[in-house]
Amino acid sequence: MRTQRNPQLNANGELIHLLSTEGLSKEMLTHILDTATNFVSVSDREVKKVPLLRGKSVFNLFFENSTRTRTTFDIAATRLSADVVNLDIARSSASKGESLLDTIDNLSAMAADIFVVRHNESGAPYLIAQHVGPHVHVVNAGDGRHAHPTQALLDMYTIRHFKGDFSNLSVAIVGDVAHSRVARSNIHALTTLGCPDLRVVGPKTLVPNDMAQMGVRVCNDLRSGIDGVDVVITLRLQNERMSGALLPSAQEFFKSYGLTPERLQWAKPDAIVMHPGPINRGVEIASSVVDGPQAVILSQVTFGIAVRMAVMSIVASHEG
Amino acid sequence: MTSQFDNTVQADALDAEGLYQQLLTAIRPLTATADKPVRLVGIASGGVWLAQRLQKDLGLAGESGVISSSLHRDDFSKRGLSSMGVQTKLPFDVNGATVWLIDDVLYTGRTIRAVLNELFDYGRPADVRLAVLVDRGQRELPVQADLVVARCSVPSTQSLELSQTDGGRLTFGIETAG
Amino acid sequence: MKILIQSGRVIDPTSGLEAVQDLAIAAGRIVAMGAQVKDFSPERVIDATDCVVAPGLVDLCTRLREPGFEHESMLESEMSAAVAGGITSLVCPPDTDPVLDEPGLVDMLKFRTKKLRQARVFPLGALTRGLEGEVLTEMAELTESGCVGFGQADAPIQNTQVLQRTFQYAASFGYSVWLRPQDYWLGQGVAASGPLATRMGLSGVPVSAEVIALETIFELMRGTPARVHLCRISSARGVDLVRAAKAEGLSVTCDVSVHNLHLIDVDMGYYDARLRLQPPVRQQRDRDALRAGLADGTIDALVSDHNPVEADAKNLPFAQAEPGATAVELLLSLALKWGREDQVPLQRVIAVLTQGPVKVLGQSLGSLQASLGQITLGGVADICVYKPDAAWVVGADTLRSQGKHTPFAGYELPAKVATTIAGGYIAFDAG
Repeated sequence: MRTQRNPQLNANGELIHLLSTEGLSKEMLTHILDTATNFVSVSDREVKKVPLLRGKSVFNLFFENSTRTRTTFDIAATRLSADVVNLDIARSSASKGESLLDTIDNLSAMAADIFVVRHNESGAPYLIAQHVGPHVHVVNAGDGRHAHPTQALLDMYTIRHFKGDFSNLSVAIVGDVAHSRVARSNIHALTTLGCPDLRVVGPKTLVPNDMAQMGVRVCNDLRSGIDGVDVVITLRLQNERMSGALLPSAQEFFKSYGLTPERLQWAKPDAIVMHPGPINRGVEIASSVVDGPQAVILSQVTFGIAVRMAVMSIVASHEG
Repeated sequence: MTSQFDNTVQADALDAEGLYQQLLTAIRPLTATADKPVRLVGIASGGVWLAQRLQKDLGLAGESGVISSSLHRDDFSKRGLSSMGVQTKLPFDVNGATVWLIDDVLYTGRTIRAVLNELFDYGRPADVRLAVLVDRGQRELPVQADLVVARCSVPSTQSLELSQTDGGRLTFGIETAG
Repeated sequence: MKILIQSGRVIDPTSGLEAVQDLAIAAGRIVAMGAQVKDFSPERVIDATDCVVAPGLVDLCTRLREPGFEHESMLESEMSAAVAGGITSLVCPPDTDPVLDEPGLVDMLKFRTKKLRQARVFPLGALTRGLEGEVLTEMAELTESGCVGFGQADAPIQNTQVLQRTFQYAASFGYSVWLRPQDYWLGQGVAASGPLATRMGLSGVPVSAEVIALETIFELMRGTPARVHLCRISSARGVDLVRAAKAEGLSVTCDVSVHNLHLIDVDMGYYDARLRLQPPVRQQRDRDALRAGLADGTIDALVSDHNPVEADAKNLPFAQAEPGATAVELLLSLALKWGREDQVPLQRVIAVLTQGPVKVLGQSLGSLQASLGQITLGGVADICVYKPDAAWVVGADTLRSQGKHTPFAGYELPAKVATTIAGGYIAFDAG
């Protein structure tokens, strides 16, 4: 078996692409979070811009729809003074049969510096990263069910902000873990940052047993899953799960796994509740919890901009 | 505004504490006569201790500000963000303020340029002045200080930095630049 | 042409022969064998000193991509690649375009390949029309045109009643049924199920997909005396089930591909689409069981599973990439690599490439069955002469196939084919 160098790092071990939280050291993850701290205050200034990426072009390549994530990247890039181009792939040449790599080549010829890519196939950003030249950087905005590293980083930022040290935290990820790129990226980040007690919670159809090999405890029962935790991360339940014979209905899911105020009491009294969004109220989480004092969901959104500014600044400053 | 002191000092004879006392003496009348409140802002990182001490010794209300050049540096693509440390914190409204920037050493002038850009991201000050302990010359931009306590020549292969001992004593150190 | 192969180490697994001997070939047959052949005036002498002289290899799965998927001169390039790999007989699966379910298409394929005077081509006919798994094909007509068996390539029959009827019909005539044991529904994934696929976010094919298909096939065989060949076993449990079925006396044979013999799931690294294969490569213990099964005879043959996928079809995200790899030129080297790594006797290594596949083809070979895959006096002159101590590096420049994608790219592999003789004709000469 051949060993390959982590494609996210250049020969000096510096971050040139952000594809996954897996394979990044604790120091690297911490560096990104520390850098993000500097950017949080930018939105409080009168001039909400710094010139770090001035003259650089950021291309948002979203093969899978997402107005929310794309908007966040758009704002983050703009705050760094970069020029942002949003590509609506569904209506563009890719849907006319142009291959993924041809699309990338054409855009690279337009002097793109950063590609922010969301794709419905796991691994697509790796293909792109292997293909682009040394001055071009790829940031994965979500690939299939594999990874969503910027979401995991902003989740880590949020946890660090409210809870401080990872080394004595209990965290539970509840919901459709099997299909969740957010869950996978969070698991890698939390284990690397030293979280000693990490649980994934959901029915067997949505939480496969071999996830235990990623360093988590698999729980099919909500009560034991969130018992005494400091952080509950609830995941979105997609409608497709009902048609694939994975779940009978959203109501049944809520009945067994929905986070209600009563169930939230099984966690620690000061536990925080997170959600990557968009939220299905009444399916994975009760409205009153979303609007309640323990939810930090809106903070996640705010921190998301700073974290994405940090990621883009860091990758753009290193050469491949 | 010109410097009141024009001492040329040998690099190894710099007495930081002594220079600080001279700075305090020189700046006192300039801040006392202002009809508008004066805001002291220390440039990270060497100027921060100076600004804090001045704030206290001048009996000014509130806290001195801290300003970082990180986000406006012109060498980002060469050095990256590894130099990000202290963050800008300005506990006053910049609009219409009289700001005194305080730093330990004035050298090429690039830090001052970046700091000015950073300051103006927060608002439009009425006026901005610069006071430094040491001017080591070799300017690369048209930047001058309003108040210089001492001039000193240091070869470009060496760096001159202010540090603070555990007991709060200021000292200058000369290192061969890495 | 009269050919004399001198001083090579002749190996024939069927008879157990392993000796330095001369071979004399005339009119497509081996006319003399011995320490020194006399009274023979050859038109061509091949000096096989320090070479192994083996029966020409028989590959039970080589895709020529004709008809339908051909690029210019694809048939020619793939046939050249085969003989360059020492292969003198190959079986091609029916998943062409159109599917090989019409005698006319089989006739055409046999005609075109025979003209090239390279390897013998034995087509597999489609078991059902269009491989759709519903209507039987005209198996008698297809056999007359040259089909040696009937299969479904990578399209499993979902309807168990149809499957049963294909067994019954084929059994009436003594035709063999070639099936890749994978349940249609459980086999939809793109990688082997397990911790790696879970971590990589790739849909998985569980071992149960193979086990359920095998159990179904064996149960149907108990009710019908069909002759079944299982294509591309991939798991340890699969090997165990085949072993038990053979012990039970079921008329079953099976093969394994060079990929499952050497590679495991983690070899995909960061989504390397060259590892996008069907069946997927599984975990360490599966590979170990496949290697042991090939050594002990549970698995009868090693196949290349050659599929010259074009470049663009692999330059896609893993799940979208076309499965398959170019492999016909690597078959001999990869067999020898296995043999050396696991200390398998050379006789057995050569057997899985010659005697084993011929046993699978059985009576469908007609009179050829008597000597194909063997070096025997009076038998057909299909010979592979290779240099066991040479080595070569797999790369676009060293591959003759138009397909350049292989997970073994960059590997240094043992042995180089010096000369390939098919039907007494020198089909390949490394020069």
